[in-house]
Amino acid sequence: MMQAQLEVVLVAVVTSIACAIAGVFLVLRRMALMSDAISHAILLGIVIGFFIGGDLGSPLLIVGAALIGVVTVGLTETINRTGLVKEDAAIGLVFPLLFSIGVILISRIGSDVHLDTDAVLLGEIAFAPFRRLQLAGLDLGPKSLAIMSAILLLNAVFIMAFFKELKLSTFDPSLAATLGFAPWLIQFPLMGIVSITAVGAFDAVGSILVVALMIAPAAGAYLLTDRLSTMIWIAAAIAALSAIGGYWMADLLDVSIAGSMAAACGVIFALIYLFAPNRGLFSAIRRRARQRLEYAVRMLLIHLKNHENQPESDYERSLMHLENHFRWEPGFARRVVGQAVDFGFITAEADDLSLTPSGRKAVEELNFQLK
Amino acid sequence: MTLFSDYTFRIVALGSSLLGLISGLLGSFAFLRRQSLLGDAISHAALPGIALAYLFTRNKSPLVLLIGAAIAGWLASISVTHIARHSRVKYDAALGLILSVFFGIGLMILTFLQKQPDSGQAGLDRFLFGQASAMSAADVMTISVIGGVSLIVLFFFWKEIKVFIFDEGFSGVIGFSPKKIDSILTFLIVIAVAIGLQIAGVVLMSAMLVGPAAAARQWTNSLKSMVLLAGLLGMLSGFVGATASSLMPRLPTGPAIVVCLSIMVAFSLLFAADRGLVWNMFRKWRNRESLRRETILIDLLEMAGSHDSIEHSHSIAALKLMYPDIRGLRGILAKLEKEGYVLKKGSSEWALTPSGSRKAAAFAERLEAKS
Repeated sequence: MMQAQLEVVLVAVVTSIACAIAGVFLVLRRMALMSDAISHAILLGIVIGFFIGGDLGSPLLIVGAALIGVVTVGLTETINRTGLVKEDAAIGLVFPLLFSIGVILISRIGSDVHLDTDAVLLGEIAFAPFRRLQLAGLDLGPKSLAIMSAILLLNAVFIMAFFKELKLSTFDPSLAATLGFAPWLIQFPLMGIVSITAVGAFDAVGSILVVALMIAPAAGAYLLTDRLSTMIWIAAAIAALSAIGGYWMADLLDVSIAGSMAAACGVIFALIYLFAPNRGLFSAIRRRARQRLEYAVRMLLIHLKNHENQPESDYERSLMHLENHFRWEPGFARRVVGQAVDFGFITAEADDLSLTPSGRKAVEELNFQLK
Repeated sequence: MTLFSDYTFRIVALGSSLLGLISGLLGSFAFLRRQSLLGDAISHAALPGIALAYLFTRNKSPLVLLIGAAIAGWLASISVTHIARHSRVKYDAALGLILSVFFGIGLMILTFLQKQPDSGQAGLDRFLFGQASAMSAADVMTISVIGGVSLIVLFFFWKEIKVFIFDEGFSGVIGFSPKKIDSILTFLIVIAVAIGLQIAGVVLMSAMLVGPAAAARQWTNSLKSMVLLAGLLGMLSGFVGATASSLMPRLPTGPAIVVCLSIMVAFSLLFAADRGLVWNMFRKWRNRESLRRETILIDLLEMAGSHDSIEHSHSIAALKLMYPDIRGLRGILAKLEKEGYVLKKGSSEWALTPSGSRKAAAFAERLEAKS
């Protein structure tokens, strides 16, 4: 692998992890779509920063974008608080407006400079190695790597320093309020972090990928664990994996790296969604089938017990009758009987079913439980 | 007016107005169902559909691309619903995830197409940002035919949709299938997005759906008038946006429409009769004012009760003692005097007139009845 490629992968990995660990809190606080809003609205901040600062490398861009990010959140909250429209609509009203103003400013005033909406929306990480950070004549690697590493560090420090507060206000906002945390005290710094991360990342990967990187790894991790700290680690791992896998896929197919990374995020989420041990789709289907079978076995045992030593017992104990009585499919009835035999609860000779002593005991325990 | 005889302008203005009309009408339902951002998700998700439709057919006619967009948008909305319903990942996170992942896949295919030797894909990326100025008469035909069909669907299922939106459970009870109506509504929104994309672009399409509805909602409580008003506002902003962008150089149509819409929304949120913020402030002020008047009259009556004559006068200081928090006491007394309820005696003594004491007694009685 060439050095340039290695650097691109490195930028991708660092960016992904920085986005993912901030995204965990967005997903948990049901504010996932703020990442969408912020990552679009910051276009305006970048444009304003550009007009004041004069070039695309100006740190004013980051300041402007972070401010607009916070303004987006503030405006959304304000509209939301009037109660005249619901929160989703408030988001849908605010960010297209800010984005539009940004687009209009670019095309009215700045169309002769190199600042186009394509670059903001889509990003081009492949150029990352060409913009170097130089200090006193020394090459310190790609500029975006330095910026994103700093942002990753900031996010990590923020989360570690305020872990307790973040956790409390995320999972139990009313308890947090009772203990004296004003909700905005943690909300606004968090949104500031999200904005800064989005600004840093838009340069490398474009704003749509920022959304993917903030939401998908966190959502995937959410299906794998119930612990917040574990969730953050898993999200970071998924993000790094998506970055590497996405880069590899883009290299193989010769397509957009940002798009490919987003797709990789999607693939990993889809795998988790389907195959996660407890919360995956397949394990849920299996669990439901097993519960259905276990329930049917219990019904069978109770049925047999009820008709034990009764005159109609011969008839009631036949497999044929079960199918009618419980309206079981023939195949299902056989599986239920097979399961019950496997557990040693009943014996099945020809078509005739009878409880074993351990089966009788199981029914008594069941009756006891039900009472 | 040379502008209105200009062929290109007439096409663009007609197309934008039609689109505004359709997205305003159909967006109302997304708005009321709190799915305002569904349009955002569908418009992003449409990108891979457009790219794939071109990849397979090598055809750039609006209808082919529209079908591709609609299928991808439909798939995306099904995925969002599935994830939100079958896992602990919430609706907002599912929406953001699907939106960005689909968009990433679309970006991959688009860049793949760009690397192909025949660069016939040029122009596909106008779906990203929208390009109303490139609209042709054929596009306007497509918009009006498909828009017309969706309006007919809306007309025929009006009753079902209305019940479904306001009380989903009830609509199931009286025999409509909520699943089917949900599908119809999603289908209509998918259609609106698909035809709107090439004018407004991916980012601004959501505003085209939400904006008119959010503005219209403030003025009326009836579904029918809200939907019609939203359509009208959408049409108006489409027309104004198109006109503004033709009159001013380098003013893109999509963002111009969104800014126009946002002004309408802001105006409605502030000044709408009965719901608007200013209206509400006025009502609060009026309520407070009448409450103060009643308080003063009742206080005067009560104090007079301890004297032999109802018309016994009291100083302002005494009134202040009765109700220390009251502000603007003199102003209110002056107003009451003008209406003939109180009478000034001496320099700062006030007494009830006969009609004032009757009024005060009536207030007191009402207060009694309430408590």
